[in-house]
Amino acid sequence: MIRKNYRLGFLVLMVFAFLALNAQQRFPKPEFESGYEQPNTTTPEPRTAGMEVFDVIVLFGVMALATWLILKKRSRRGVLWLSVFTLLYFGFYRNGCICPIGSIQNVTLALFDPGYKISITVLLFFLLPLVFALFYGRTFCAAACPLGAIQDLVVIRPISVSSWVRKTLSFIPHIYIGLAILFAATGTDFIICRYDPFVGIFRTDGPYLMIGLGIAFLVLGMFFARPYCRVFCPYSVLLGFMSHFSKKHITITPSECINCKLCANSCPFDAIEAPIDEKVRTESTVRKNLRNYVIFGLLVPVWIFAGGFAVSKAHVFLSKAHPDVYLSELLIAQPELREDTENLDIQAFLESGKSMDQLVEEASVIRSKFRTGGWYLGGYLGLVLGIMLMNQFVLRKRKDYIPHKRDCFSCGRCMDYCPVGEQSGDRKSGIVKAKQ
Amino acid sequence: MARDKEYNRREFINRGARFTLGLSLAGVGVAAAVNAGSEKYLWQIDPFKCTQCGRCATDCVLSPSAVKCVHAYDICGYCDLCGGYFKPGVTDLDTGAEKQLCPAAAIERKFIEEPYFEYIIDEELCIGCAKCVKGCSAFGNGSLHLQIRHDICVNCNECSIARVCPSDAISRVPASEPYMIKGDFTANESGEAGA
Repeated sequence: MIRKNYRLGFLVLMVFAFLALNAQQRFPKPEFESGYEQPNTTTPEPRTAGMEVFDVIVLFGVMALATWLILKKRSRRGVLWLSVFTLLYFGFYRNGCICPIGSIQNVTLALFDPGYKISITVLLFFLLPLVFALFYGRTFCAAACPLGAIQDLVVIRPISVSSWVRKTLSFIPHIYIGLAILFAATGTDFIICRYDPFVGIFRTDGPYLMIGLGIAFLVLGMFFARPYCRVFCPYSVLLGFMSHFSKKHITITPSECINCKLCANSCPFDAIEAPIDEKVRTESTVRKNLRNYVIFGLLVPVWIFAGGFAVSKAHVFLSKAHPDVYLSELLIAQPELREDTENLDIQAFLESGKSMDQLVEEASVIRSKFRTGGWYLGGYLGLVLGIMLMNQFVLRKRKDYIPHKRDCFSCGRCMDYCPVGEQSGDRKSGIVKAKQ
Repeated sequence: MARDKEYNRREFINRGARFTLGLSLAGVGVAAAVNAGSEKYLWQIDPFKCTQCGRCATDCVLSPSAVKCVHAYDICGYCDLCGGYFKPGVTDLDTGAEKQLCPAAAIERKFIEEPYFEYIIDEELCIGCAKCVKGCSAFGNGSLHLQIRHDICVNCNECSIARVCPSDAISRVPASEPYMIKGDFTANESGEAGA
């Protein structure tokens, strides 16, 4: 049956091809006698031909400069002006595309779809910020990301959010990157780019929803600093992993912390961790924590399995995002829609000469990919949840105020507020007036 | 002493994790690089797959759309009764606005010699709705067809029209051959139609 339909489809295809070829000869081109000169069909050059290599160089330069400003020069002002440049260049001039955040999907597609050739510049856009984060923390976020820059510039009255809210919200980026990879790997959609809130502002053009979302994020960002970066950005997951184990990271004070708490108040992102009182860290708490840590550690496989099971169960729902799956479901559920001349998708499918069996087979292949992907996605989310729960019971010795290496954007505000001056030699001579 | 030990252990773990992360990053990089090329890609419409559904006008992130109608003069019949210019059923062939198919009046009709007329697209006005393309393909040679204009297109990472294109006519093409102008580009080159 399938074979027969396939043959029929092929025949229809051939007929269409024949018609398409012959359509051109319906009216032969006239031979003009009046010396008419036929104009050429223009093919304008791409807007930004050959700028991609330059972009990679600029990205590298900006990140190197940002790293130097943060780690060596310790200049918040420098970082600020650099982020203004980033906003103007990568944002408004280059229209925010391509960005390292979106490049996650290109890399995923390149790994899963052999037919997709990723451009080497896109691959570098993906890798460079991560390599920098692995060595020097999230200096990309500080000054080289246009989305971060636009949000950083509108921080007016940041409010402090309690840690359990922040920790709960920090789960969202994991879901986002997981879904983005699942959708990119199955060739369904690039959701990161689709829901990029600021690209409409960078282009000063776009659907109302996109522009509205961007403005909403900016208004929210006046009070809850960098909302996209902290609650949604899927790339922040990867940058966070890298930065957590970074070799060098921004330090608040150039010499010794005097526990004045000024830095913690200056950080709009609540990314500075207070010292832990030795009194809290009694032997019994430590023992209790250790016990809980081990118990929750043993629970991790349960979370992984439960997550994988739950998300793979949702594969039917998730796979509907793929147009082929959606179309085949629609046609099975409502075959009468074949007569609906208004439905462009169905009409185009009927015209294409592809048989229903072919469509259903393709759809079921995609759906089974979603089932497998669902196990991985759910398992990953379970693992993240498990580790987050375990980390609740980590009570490290901490005597100074230090930035949380994973959450810190290395923006450098805290350095500006630290009253301790650059001090070589005698430490005891104490507080040097803050440079202002 | 105990503190030193703890810090040593932490540093050791950090170093190990850093090494592992670096290694996996390199792994991803190499695996993706296998499939990489120095070529840049742009979005383009295959005119032989296009079904003139009209979504190019409505679904581009830009307004008006970066998709424009182009005219492949090489295969144009220079018809007096142009299926792309006139609404169906028009008998008096003049340039009256009510007789034109194009909602943006973006097609200019110019007399060449009896009985031939030239049709020129004003891309400033064109909105990429494909009404003329449909008319020209149905009644004429199909010399009018849609193309993405790269001087306007912002080359989104994923084209928002491609996502909703019912016939999958929009795909990434190498930047060295960014257009599929009919005439130069034939159905044989177009994956499916020539199969």
